[in-house]
Amino acid sequence: MSGWQQHLIVLPILVPFVAAAALVPMDETRRRSKAAIGLLSVLLQLAGALYWVVAADRVDGAAPAAVYLLADWDAPVAISLALDRLTAVMLLLNALLACAALIFAVAKWDRVGVHFHVLFQLLLMGINGAFLTNDLFNLFVFFEVMLAASYGLLLHGSGRLRVKAGLHYIAINLVASSIFLIGVALMYSASGTLNMADMARKLAGLGDADRQLFETGAAVLAVAFLIKSAVWPLNFWLPGSYGAAVAPVSAIFAIMTKVGFYVLLRLWLLVFGDAAGASGSFGAPWLVGLGLATLTYAIFGMLAATNFKRFAGFSVIASAGTLLTAIPLGGSSGTAAALYYLLASTLAVAAFYLLVDLLERIRDYSASLLAVTIESFEAQGMILPEESEVGVAIPAAMAFLALAFGLCLLVLSGLPPLAGFVGKFALLVSALGSEAGQFMQYAVWLFVVLLVVAGFAATLTLTRLGIQLFWVPERHKKPLLRLAEAGPVAALIGLVVLLTLAAGPVLGYLQRAADALHAPAAYIDGVLGAQPKTSGEGRP
Amino acid sequence: MELILALAIGVLTGSGIWLLLRPRTFQVIMGLSILSYAVNLLLFAIGQLKADAVPVIAAGAAKAAGDYADPVPQALVLTAIVIGFAMTALFLVVLMASRGLTGTDHVDGRKDADL
Repeated sequence: MSGWQQHLIVLPILVPFVAAAALVPMDETRRRSKAAIGLLSVLLQLAGALYWVVAADRVDGAAPAAVYLLADWDAPVAISLALDRLTAVMLLLNALLACAALIFAVAKWDRVGVHFHVLFQLLLMGINGAFLTNDLFNLFVFFEVMLAASYGLLLHGSGRLRVKAGLHYIAINLVASSIFLIGVALMYSASGTLNMADMARKLAGLGDADRQLFETGAAVLAVAFLIKSAVWPLNFWLPGSYGAAVAPVSAIFAIMTKVGFYVLLRLWLLVFGDAAGASGSFGAPWLVGLGLATLTYAIFGMLAATNFKRFAGFSVIASAGTLLTAIPLGGSSGTAAALYYLLASTLAVAAFYLLVDLLERIRDYSASLLAVTIESFEAQGMILPEESEVGVAIPAAMAFLALAFGLCLLVLSGLPPLAGFVGKFALLVSALGSEAGQFMQYAVWLFVVLLVVAGFAATLTLTRLGIQLFWVPERHKKPLLRLAEAGPVAALIGLVVLLTLAAGPVLGYLQRAADALHAPAAYIDGVLGAQPKTSGEGRP
Repeated sequence: MELILALAIGVLTGSGIWLLLRPRTFQVIMGLSILSYAVNLLLFAIGQLKADAVPVIAAGAAKAAGDYADPVPQALVLTAIVIGFAMTALFLVVLMASRGLTGTDHVDGRKDADL
């Protein structure tokens, strides 16, 4: 990797940042230009992510495909960005969700408030940055960028419900940020570095006192990520706040809990791998225990859900619990299965959030609700939605909605033949095949039972809610669907189908990603061995 | 010096958490501010406390690590202060919006009589 290509790694951060900067001074009345810049930005990110998914796999073994030293400082001192297969896959997932959510938003929802496009781009920048960075404090900064944008997006459209949900969401995340900082501070004071790879290298050589301080710091830091990845008992905020947001925002929020999971997976395998000596597998029983508790909570939540949005919130929690349990279980094949499940469930939940917005349109009251929102916004003299809704209406709207609903049901509940089933099945196989101690044996069996029950709960609830919606003919309104709204839903579901058809190659790719995560020595050497591009005169 | 700082961090954290758990939005935001002060002090203290030590090594000066303060925590705390300040301001706006929409400063937007 040489020449201009070495700089491509910063593009996932720079592209949305530049787009956001260009969008800030633009007037809200120039909707088309704003939407065009936003779409251009997400398409560029998608192209970049596709490039990196291919480029990351060209590397033999476990080394990162690219390491970028910001400002060209020497390796452990510089804030470094690193990209391996896992990062590339997450970047791709984010770009895909962003495309779908943005196209959906342009049809209508970006008009119910100001600065939607700016905040959306900043959110993407924060998420991409969190995936790329290899520095703990830099990770904090990107988390804050992501969260600050998400506060704005959650409040998009205003209204009493959103402000109330936003208030809770912001307060909880501010506390989480404080906990994050405490964890980083303790880990720094014990290890003397903020570079994750450097931390992993230094941990084995620490004295007992420092090692315990480091473990304490790691545990505190983990609490912050557990809050963000919506793990019981730190997740009561999720169904309310995700449900209160407008549909495209909920859809892109589906990946935000996965950012927490990503960091836990990356840091835990990197720092507390086999090379960590006495600290190896630190906290594994906690991860498994909390994951199983989250899954149990999600089962009850799903069964009790009385509307689609609450159900979707609890299915986000169910996938968070499944993924967390899978981190220490099943070795590298377990991690690969978990990543596959992550892809399928994130795409499906995002599609479901978008679909719910269309489903609610069948009922009468939701149309009037939207009208009220737009009116109240107009009354403040902020925006004039003079254009009619964009795009062409698609035929056979009811058939499309019912079909999309059925496919979402199959994925979310993990029924064959779609990707949800493949993911869960791979998880179960790898969990059962793992060699583990007595506690972990019980945990594995509990995991198997809970995964099956969670699928059952999802099927039951979705069937119940679906019957109430589709089989009560007299309440039906003929829904009006725009191509820009049905398209993203169909595309996301199409991606899940594609994921099912290409399960072999995808799982192979993820297996290579997981192998690299479980043998972090090459990653550490790659990050710390990076050489500055300039040398000698003019360097500080 | 260590004891005073440790006590200060402890008292600030305790007060912050207590205020955070109160049902009024104003108390919550005060709690969050105080908690962020405590965290900033902790961040500042992780590089070990030293009086009369500069973080920047001058050209030609003696280079014994013990003579200098760790510059990293100072840089971190500066960033943390800026971010914390911005978030507090943002939270304040949401708080005002909530007060305006619900007519009460209860965190759940309900008047005491409804509870």
